[in-house]
Amino acid sequence: MASTSKDVPTSPSGHDNTDDDLEPGASYDSILNPTDSFEEFATEMNTSLERSRDLTKKSSTISEIQSEIGECSKELKETKSSDNLQNKDEAISASTSNSNLDENGEDTDNEDDYLKSPELVNKEKHVFILSSAGKPIYSRYGNEDKLAGVCGVIQALVSVVEEQNRDILRSIITKDCKAVFLVKGPLILVAVSKSNESETQLVLQLTYAFNQIVSVLTLTQLNRIFEQRRNYDLRRLLSGAERLIDNLLIFMEKDPAFLLGAVRCLPLPEKVRENITNAIISTCHKIRDLVFAILIAGNQLITLVRMKKYTLHPSDIHLLFNLVRSSESFKTAESWTPICLPKFDATGFLHGHVSYISEDCQACLLLLTVQRDAFYPLSQAKHTISDKLRRSNCLTAINDALNRSKDLPTTNPLKHIGIPEIRHFMYKCKSTAQLFTSDPICLDRLQDYRQRHKEGGDVVKKKVEKLSDIDYVRNYREFCSKMHCACSPAKLIFRSNSLDTVLAWITNGFELYVTFDPLMEKDQAIRAVDRLLRWIKNEEKRIFIMNAPTF
Amino acid sequence: MAQSSNGTNNFKVVLLGEGCVGKTSILLRYIEDKFNEKHLSTLQATFLNKKLNINGKRINLSIWDTAGQERFHALGPIYYRNSNGAILVYDITDQYSFVKVKNWVKELKKMLGSDIVLAIAGNKIDLDHERAVSLEEATQYAEQVGAKHYHTSAKINEGVEELFLNLTRDMLERYESKKQTEVTRSSRVLVVDDEAPPPSSCCSSFMGA
Repeated sequence: MASTSKDVPTSPSGHDNTDDDLEPGASYDSILNPTDSFEEFATEMNTSLERSRDLTKKSSTISEIQSEIGECSKELKETKSSDNLQNKDEAISASTSNSNLDENGEDTDNEDDYLKSPELVNKEKHVFILSSAGKPIYSRYGNEDKLAGVCGVIQALVSVVEEQNRDILRSIITKDCKAVFLVKGPLILVAVSKSNESETQLVLQLTYAFNQIVSVLTLTQLNRIFEQRRNYDLRRLLSGAERLIDNLLIFMEKDPAFLLGAVRCLPLPEKVRENITNAIISTCHKIRDLVFAILIAGNQLITLVRMKKYTLHPSDIHLLFNLVRSSESFKTAESWTPICLPKFDATGFLHGHVSYISEDCQACLLLLTVQRDAFYPLSQAKHTISDKLRRSNCLTAINDALNRSKDLPTTNPLKHIGIPEIRHFMYKCKSTAQLFTSDPICLDRLQDYRQRHKEGGDVVKKKVEKLSDIDYVRNYREFCSKMHCACSPAKLIFRSNSLDTVLAWITNGFELYVTFDPLMEKDQAIRAVDRLLRWIKNEEKRIFIMNAPTF
Repeated sequence: MAQSSNGTNNFKVVLLGEGCVGKTSILLRYIEDKFNEKHLSTLQATFLNKKLNINGKRINLSIWDTAGQERFHALGPIYYRNSNGAILVYDITDQYSFVKVKNWVKELKKMLGSDIVLAIAGNKIDLDHERAVSLEEATQYAEQVGAKHYHTSAKINEGVEELFLNLTRDMLERYESKKQTEVTRSSRVLVVDDEAPPPSSCCSSFMGA
């Protein structure tokens, strides 16, 4: 302890002198692209101007990998033939989608009444997705078929600003409500929110929703469909995937990983994580087409082994978390599924072997490859990995961490740190894009997904006696947007009142948000933060992935 | 398709059909004898094994359950290639799902010829009062393309066991008659795996043992 203590900044004001390498959780290699979701927001806004058509200029990562392993020509031929099949299908669907349009026409008379129905009124946040032609694609609540009128209005607003004023409609803000618009490729995404989320945070959520659609279809297919038929009803191609968007929207509201653009890791003893990683590497190093092997449990990363040169973006991992969390069928059998990871390569699919490691361990293994026929060798590899993990007792260790066994210091960090004034904290190591919070979001609570078209999501004004971890995260939103405010970003915010005391602090190496008891003195809070950082430094090898293994 | 060294016959079966016709439910009924009212649409292909015994012959079925949504159509070949049998499922209350079955039959015939044993299953017969595909039309079509037609309901557990059992019998029969013709065609060479290059005579004596 004594040897590490001098490496830790002694007070927040001293952070300029600190060596970045020594920030808790920092390491030289990272499996993840270090990101700042708010910086990304700036690029997001710029690219939406150009309608992001520049993707063709950038070469596809997937074909790069394929050519490296000498499969390129063969694979290209295959995709071409399957594209033909796809086109044939679209021709069939054209007739059916027209009939849908007619039905919509009849509904519009009743739409005024429908907009007042409890399905739609008083929701905290609506999300609508429509095509640039104004055709409804997705509505978070209610039936998008009956919302054709609303979608028409949205489309008109967007296009009037765009065509007449040569400008972009970003948001409309009223007293208690924000409407945020994002035009991405052939789609228009809108969030109408009464929550305390900032415009930036809402745009990020819309970007995630867009990426979720891309993940299902690829950007190439999405653009091509609307180039061929501007009036296409995209719901045909997305059928079944609404559920992914539903779950993603709930996930984003609850998990601070989205807010901070970071990935949470399952805390494990260093040795265990190393054994798991080695089991994967030794089994898979000869499978040439394998790009990523990812083991996750309860929306937390256990390990990620990658092909040299390639890293994953946190937002791609979040989409994988969402996919696994939303698909019950992964639990019952081995699955083989095409997955597009928009940040990795929006133009093509990776193929994923997805399965739970064993019936008695809820960790899910994803083996992602560029080879669409690789199911059988990967299935074999999975069984080998699963046997190895069982023999080395890693499954037990994963279960202990998942069940939050009382013996582990990381299970109840606040108790272990021993600073009673701290109620909650979240810490992001910037260089590795990893996150640790004092109270990992409880899985049971995430399972109460609201059913589509059902009750829930209403604005509730309640007096909360005891805050849950989700409530803390809600509070941090405002601090987070002040810290990242583009015009005058803050490095340190300290706010103390009779409800609680919050300290938010950004350095080159980390981002930290802490909630204390009410009416704390500043220097008292700073002393507590020092101890907290020392604890994180001390535990960093358990709570973070400190290396970046490759095959 | 292949006979492994312990004498088990391995057959690959693929379930195809429009989304929401009940492919996963049929399989779940067959493998675990369960029915999940709340099952949501399958968004990926899943792979399951089932072992069974027919006339003392050990058989392992490797079954691919595919996602029926349109966007997965292009991936079909991954799953049906090298299949010995295909179960084409439609929903008797949905005429379009039957059109989809016809499309699949065409595609399978084109890509695999007549090597594959076809079974057409009209599912959800518990909803007979809402029937949209007539029995005559379906059976007539099945006969015309050389497929067997079955009526199933995963929900009330009707016809599912029979569907898989008969399909397996047909595959076994097809496999054995094929083996027979191969044997008579060239008495010394026994083609065991249609994927592998023609085995040499030393190989055949080994496999024949």
